Amino acid sequence: MEMSGTTRRELLSMIGKVGGTLAMYQAMTALGHAAQTQFTGPPALSGARSGATVLVLGAGLAGMLAAFELTKAGYKVQVLEYQDRPGGRNYSVRGGDKIVEVGGGTQTVGFTGDNYLNPGPWRIPHHHRTLLHYCKAFGVELEPFIQMNHNALVHRKAAFGGQPQRYKELAVDFKGHVSELLAKSLNAGDLDARVSAEDKGKLLVAMREWGVLDANLDYSSGLKASSQRGYDRAPGGGINGAPTPSKINSLSDVLSSNVWTQMGFYFSYVMQTTMFQPKGGMDMIGKGFFRQVGNMVRLNTQVTRISQNERGVMASWTDTKTGKTGTSEADWMVCTLPATILSQMDMQVSDAKKAAFKALPYSNSLKIGLEMKRRFWEEKDAIYGGHSFTDQAIGLVSYPNYDFFKDRPAVLVGAFASGAGGYQLAGMTPEQRIQTALDQGSVFHPGDYRAEFMSGASVPWSRLPWIMGCCATWNEETRAKHYQDLVSMDGRIVLAGEHASYYGCWMEGALLSSIDAITRLHQRALAA
Amino acid sequence: MSFRGLKSASGVAALFGTAAIVFAAASGNAQDAPGGVSSVDISSEGKEVYEQICQACHLADAKGGGGAGAIIPALAGNAKLGDADFTIGTVVKGRGGMPWFNDLLTPAQIAAVVNYVRTHFNDFPGQVTEAQVAAVVAANGSPAAECATC
Repeated sequence: MEMSGTTRRELLSMIGKVGGTLAMYQAMTALGHAAQTQFTGPPALSGARSGATVLVLGAGLAGMLAAFELTKAGYKVQVLEYQDRPGGRNYSVRGGDKIVEVGGGTQTVGFTGDNYLNPGPWRIPHHHRTLLHYCKAFGVELEPFIQMNHNALVHRKAAFGGQPQRYKELAVDFKGHVSELLAKSLNAGDLDARVSAEDKGKLLVAMREWGVLDANLDYSSGLKASSQRGYDRAPGGGINGAPTPSKINSLSDVLSSNVWTQMGFYFSYVMQTTMFQPKGGMDMIGKGFFRQVGNMVRLNTQVTRISQNERGVMASWTDTKTGKTGTSEADWMVCTLPATILSQMDMQVSDAKKAAFKALPYSNSLKIGLEMKRRFWEEKDAIYGGHSFTDQAIGLVSYPNYDFFKDRPAVLVGAFASGAGGYQLAGMTPEQRIQTALDQGSVFHPGDYRAEFMSGASVPWSRLPWIMGCCATWNEETRAKHYQDLVSMDGRIVLAGEHASYYGCWMEGALLSSIDAITRLHQRALAA
Repeated sequence: MSFRGLKSASGVAALFGTAAIVFAAASGNAQDAPGGVSSVDISSEGKEVYEQICQACHLADAKGGGGAGAIIPALAGNAKLGDADFTIGTVVKGRGGMPWFNDLLTPAQIAAVVNYVRTHFNDFPGQVTEAQVAAVVAANGSPAAECATC
């Protein structure tokens, strides 16, 4: 739809004034904008009452966004943070960092130079516009995250005798065999009752072209299939320039690989390219926020009690370095602590809100970083970034998305485990985890994987003492029963974070939740 | 280097042969995921189920840990586990930050690990049966974690 910018802006502004944000959002969607996200720009809050104060608990992204925007609106803000760093789950580990687990397991990360592991968030979808907005605003430089790599590998213990296969070979073969079956069914008239004659003709063309079928509608070994799945001898120059085609896999072998699960994964809304990562580590985002609000943040501060009355809020705390205790008071509170912590907190909120935190289990997840002396996956296998998938506990091996071709050590992700695999690895000692990751990852790069290994670090989210889990897990029943109770303003307290969103486990969810929370807090504060 | 391997075993063995729990990493989970399908085997022995699953949080000695206000509960010497129904219900339905496990473990595995925890780390009499667990599972269903953004 063509409209001049001014006209569109005026129209949207008018709709916004009359119908509120929701109406404006719906109108923007109808006009072909904003379909990617519920983000309509940073909150334009202003005119806080003189001297009004807000206490923010937690200096993760939700808490720091609240501090930043509420300060702009005119509030005086203080932030209390348990850890000795800002960012929360926006986190990177580098050489010299300590990873301390519940139960006392401690690792000192041995990575060299600027190498890092992003244990939590590591990839940013192009439609997470809130996060991208603040990255740009705070000068956080982004680079591509190589999400899709056709030349990476797929391994399944029960397929191909346990030998990994190239993604492109399996995916092209899957597409080819399915196309052949559909094309032949169409030709045999099997689908005449369901497909019109005109569509049948188009669909036959589509299957032949998309499936790279031959003149007989067979998916067969030859240069045509090789033009997608690759060659035994690639095209070259001169007297031996002619390529040799590769041999396709049988339908039965391809089905045993489950490759459709990877193909489907790449179609997921949150997994589609383009994806980004911050240069130098995911925690550059937390550091970007901290540059704006650092002077309001008290680190190493464990909140022990949260109370409120008709005049204000109070948090009691202990300084984890000095043992000093104290209290912080304010008119209002934005609490971004995870539900695992809130459910054990002495906190003055309604029984319905307490029931909501207690109904929120947290997922498990574990990542392992392995530093290798050289980039053998690039040198030998022509794999530049992206993921090799396995059905073993480690889940995948993911290759670094920066510093390509460099002759210095690099860190790859040696496990991104969830579910049963995540529990198995988390239950091991840090040393056992690394050995297991080396054993399992060696399936992709036998020989080199152990020979080039320098050091490893593992981050088991279920054992991190400040959160004891990865992310809040909702289901249909808990959403219906508890979600509104969780997000509702309770006296002078409002909660924010990924757990208070429908975008669980994504930084975008934490930010959208925080924008919504502070917008309601501001409205309440002006009305009070 | 060639990745073309031997002809695969028939999928029938994978479907019917073992106690492997096969679940799609992408299904039922709105969160970031490795992609693809995991086929990690979980034992049917109580001790091994404990080591492969439970000790990820409750630790190898079942003593839990953490500081004040952020505690992973001990299972060793835990009087609450004297109530077998409470113990089964916690594993099947979850509690607080602990997820439900009836989508990851079979009733037989849950019975085995409940018995292990109640006798090895505690000294409670009586064995729970697979049928007892299956009844609790049937009464509660298996909540599917939502998939709004996956």
